[in-house]
Amino acid sequence: MSSARDQVQRLLALVPYLRDNDGARVDDVAREFGVKPKQILADLKVLWFCGLPGAQMGDLIEIDIDAAEGDGVIHLTNADYLARPLRLAADEALALLTALRTLREVAADTDRAAVDRAIAKLEAAAGAGASAHVHVEPADPEIAETVNRALAGKRRLHLTYDVPSRDETTERDVDPMRLVVSEGRSYLEAWCRLAEDVRLFRLDRIAAAKLLDLPSEPPPEATPRDLSHGMFQPSEADLLATVRLAPPARWVAEYYPTESVTEDADGSLLITLRVADTAWLQRLVLRLGGYATVVEPVALGDQIAATARTALAAYPG
Amino acid sequence: MSARKSERLLNLVICLLVARTYVTKDRIREVVEGYAGQSDEAFEKMFERDKDELRDLGIPIEMGSQDKFFSDEVGYRIRRDVFELPEVKLEGDEAAVLGVAARVWQHASLAEATSSAVLKLKAAGIQTDQTALAAIEPHVAASEPAFDPLWSAVVTRSVVTFEHRRSGAAEAVKRTLEPWGIVSWHGRWYVVGRDRDREATRMFRLSRISGPVRKVGSPGAFTVPEGTDIRATVAELAPVPPTSEAKVRARQDCAVSLRRRATAVERIDDEWDLLHVPYADAGVLAEEIASLGPDAVVAAPGEVLDGVVRRLRAVAGVS
Repeated sequence: MSSARDQVQRLLALVPYLRDNDGARVDDVAREFGVKPKQILADLKVLWFCGLPGAQMGDLIEIDIDAAEGDGVIHLTNADYLARPLRLAADEALALLTALRTLREVAADTDRAAVDRAIAKLEAAAGAGASAHVHVEPADPEIAETVNRALAGKRRLHLTYDVPSRDETTERDVDPMRLVVSEGRSYLEAWCRLAEDVRLFRLDRIAAAKLLDLPSEPPPEATPRDLSHGMFQPSEADLLATVRLAPPARWVAEYYPTESVTEDADGSLLITLRVADTAWLQRLVLRLGGYATVVEPVALGDQIAATARTALAAYPG
Repeated sequence: MSARKSERLLNLVICLLVARTYVTKDRIREVVEGYAGQSDEAFEKMFERDKDELRDLGIPIEMGSQDKFFSDEVGYRIRRDVFELPEVKLEGDEAAVLGVAARVWQHASLAEATSSAVLKLKAAGIQTDQTALAAIEPHVAASEPAFDPLWSAVVTRSVVTFEHRRSGAAEAVKRTLEPWGIVSWHGRWYVVGRDRDREATRMFRLSRISGPVRKVGSPGAFTVPEGTDIRATVAELAPVPPTSEAKVRARQDCAVSLRRRATAVERIDDEWDLLHVPYADAGVLAEEIASLGPDAVVAAPGEVLDGVVRRLRAVAGVS
């Protein structure tokens, strides 16, 4: 059930829309406005009682309710004073323009021009300055363009892809599905023919991309992943590790999903997190140079310390 | 009940929009359906709440008087030129991209604000296209608790105070900021503005703000200096271009990220290569090399070598 506030907001757009689209179908209007057809009919009944002040019958907005309910077709007249929608509120303009600027960062060259023109015109009409911005980590322009072309033309791609957590480079053919931007990075979501599964490829880790002369044919079981909970989706089946983070390494708790975080009096954190690949945790701990220690599993902590000793043996002293 | 209220609100909007001059409260009570029959007190309350709700929707209700010599006769009006969306003419391809924009925000109230903006544009006769750019899904999330109040402060240009803890610092410090803008960098939100106590431009990471963000004073309290580019301010966070070069021995088929940016790779023997790796910050490079363990060994320079050895010793538990 919508509140009066929401309803009035919708009506102020609905009236000019219906004036412009005489004979619009209830179902189509409902879809455009993102509500149920029943709601549109309820909206029309409200409008029926609205009009010029001191409302005499002839001063009210006229709607053919029978046609709307019976034939599902809307005719609205006698509302010349609501010919234009309400101007964009400052937060609406900023939200819309920020969304468009984000799209701009990843759109193909040809689409980017259209996005730029739309942004310029909307800025002129809505007057929102550039006070919000989403930076998307740039990928190699040539690779980004190849990926965009593969998506637009539904073509298979050959990728040379770096996997830093395993310190390896892989070669694979993929069937592109969509380009996703999440947490400031762009990813190609594709059916990987090597893994025979849906995979996300960070654009800045694609070392080379080649358009193949084959169509992109993701199988029916290739469904886009639900990314509403972020890119890292820890699994219950993964190893649970406990790591102590000294203050300079506290960022780890903000950056990676954790199962629990407790703070000690000295400002260090004790976190637990799911680890799909222990090689990844080893690289993280080595990188943090003593500011992070694996508490559990003990054997993993020992193994990482032994790796550090082996690495040290290559240096004199 | 809600339908009655919607009728009253919309009739009030129409009344104030078509009036040639300010409409007095008495007149409004008389002509707008729904106010008649209310007691004085009930009407006053109802009218005040209605005005607030309409203003909240962004409807500019002005208060004033027709005759400046009789200022007690105040009334209300809505100026059409402020109320209406100005003319926006979008070409087909420009309008098409609006459909994608509505899918960008993974944040309820901003997604709603964007949809509402797109709806207004549709009502102005602009045809969007849901199928355009269907394969692009740019998602922007904002889960930090400080995001909503700071976004609102940026929109309304309100001064804010909050407690912020710098990276690695134990204590939070109170800040008073004129928020000029809000920027997502590497997926993290930062607010940029003038720090009133330090009288300087500063930026703060939202995830490091603890406790509530409070607005102080009224909206429109400051102006963003002409020519301010919040992107440029934030870009100072970006990695600086490499200025030095390190020589790193790497086991074959290992250290892929170093190899990718190496300017030269020399073969040492069947097992090892020598990589020439450009870098800007010795500490950052040392972290990366340390993370590779025994598969990468620094040959030079000393600042990188010392950094790697210090990190490995700390992890190995060797003093």
